[in-house]
Amino acid sequence: MLHSAWEPQGGFSFENCQRNTFLETSLKGLRVPHARKTGTTIAGLVFQEGVILGSDTRATEDSVVADKNCEKIHFIAPNIYCCGAGVAADAEMTTQILASNMELHALSTNRKPRVATVTRMLRQMLFRYQGHIGASLIIGGMDVTGPHLYSVHPHGSYSHILFTAMGSGQGPAISVLEDRFKPNMTLEEGQKLVVEAVTAGILEDLGSGSNVDVCVITQDGAKFQRAVSTPAVLSKRQGKYHYPVGTTAIMKETVTPLPLEMIEETVQTMEVE
Amino acid sequence: MHCAGRMRECSFVGNLPAAGEVYTGTTIMAVEFDGGVVVGSDSRVSAGTAVVNRVFNKLAPLNQQIYCALSGSAADAQAIADMATYQLELHGMELEEPPLVLSAANVVRNISYKYREELSAHLMVAGWDRYLGGQVYGTLEGMLTRQPFAIGGSGSTYIYGYVDAAYKPGMSPEECRQFTIDAITLAMGRDGSSGGVIYLVTITAAGTKQEVITGKELPQFYDDSSHSFSKPLQHRMLQSRMTP
Repeated sequence: MLHSAWEPQGGFSFENCQRNTFLETSLKGLRVPHARKTGTTIAGLVFQEGVILGSDTRATEDSVVADKNCEKIHFIAPNIYCCGAGVAADAEMTTQILASNMELHALSTNRKPRVATVTRMLRQMLFRYQGHIGASLIIGGMDVTGPHLYSVHPHGSYSHILFTAMGSGQGPAISVLEDRFKPNMTLEEGQKLVVEAVTAGILEDLGSGSNVDVCVITQDGAKFQRAVSTPAVLSKRQGKYHYPVGTTAIMKETVTPLPLEMIEETVQTMEVE
Repeated sequence: MHCAGRMRECSFVGNLPAAGEVYTGTTIMAVEFDGGVVVGSDSRVSAGTAVVNRVFNKLAPLNQQIYCALSGSAADAQAIADMATYQLELHGMELEEPPLVLSAANVVRNISYKYREELSAHLMVAGWDRYLGGQVYGTLEGMLTRQPFAIGGSGSTYIYGYVDAAYKPGMSPEECRQFTIDAITLAMGRDGSSGGVIYLVTITAAGTKQEVITGKELPQFYDDSSHSFSKPLQHRMLQSRMTP
């Protein structure tokens, strides 16, 4: 009986990396499948009563849109959410691992989770993998110490800031935030600004598109709204290429029946009620 | 006076970061005076040509009276600072008194030296303890050097001449503070990877004082872009065209 040499273990496995690089270099013309990147615009800011996170919903595979409506704002804890950019699978799995570990941590310490804890656990893990986990994350939440916003990069560096944007659309988004951010904004002003920032990313960046998702986290909890706005609506087709019968005039019609001989005939009855 | 070790990490041309990797590309500085130290840094963190954070505080406390200044790869520097803070706290508990600045510098140096092939960051350690007073240590690539003052980061290469000329032994705390602010401002003016605001920390027996020096409060030096040097020439050319 054949047994596998290694028992399948949970977590990340980098066994094939060496073999893959060898194949890429030795076999010329080999098209290696690339990991799907989220090609994203994610943004976040701190306002009077808490934190607002925003993201677009397009996932790209090279230049093809792989998912028109994916969720980039991930749950970490009831009071902490996380936007993910970079490699889609890495961002997704990392946030799931973190959410799971945070729940265990909260149970063993008997305390509500803190944003700083999430950030520390996250960057210690990313640093351990030396940037091979391509996840850029914006962590936002409200804990006992107040509202906090952190941005974490794939190599493990972090910043504790009042507003930020990441992903391929970060340029346009950060320009909007730099222009219009004020400390202690109201919920309406803050949400409007986040939507504008993500919209700028959607309109200016090819890797970002579809809708804007928003998550507002305050003392009372988190409110996650899908598709708050859809900046780029597909335009309706102006005309059709369907030609009605008779558009092309028929000059002559010839019908030639094919000489066929019946060889065998079988009838299969179908079971119908 | 200067770090005798390889300057590879300090030179911007010699050690460009990989595209996309977040790099503190910095100017950091620490000056010792009788009774304490002044530590200063700029606030720019870049990833390639983009500025990822323009208000990042590169002065990380290792404990109440010992700070380290970060430069090089942001992830590596922050990771080293976290490890050093933890190890120093443990050491302080075992000692049952505040640890020496030399101990802190050694903790940082040991991490930098052990993982020197993998890491790309330089942390400068400065602080006050009751045995030797104010001290500044460089830990470049695992070599420990005590200096009266130290500069580091990509922007430091532009101010070596300035600091050598302007430093005088026996300066007062206020003079040291002004020396640091002037030097970092000059470096920020010439180094593309340094900029933003200046974070300053003054550590003495009495305690630690943190400051932020923003745009308008920075000292003004001669700046090509603001000086109307070319106006007289333009004026003469216009005049010659007007006369037939």
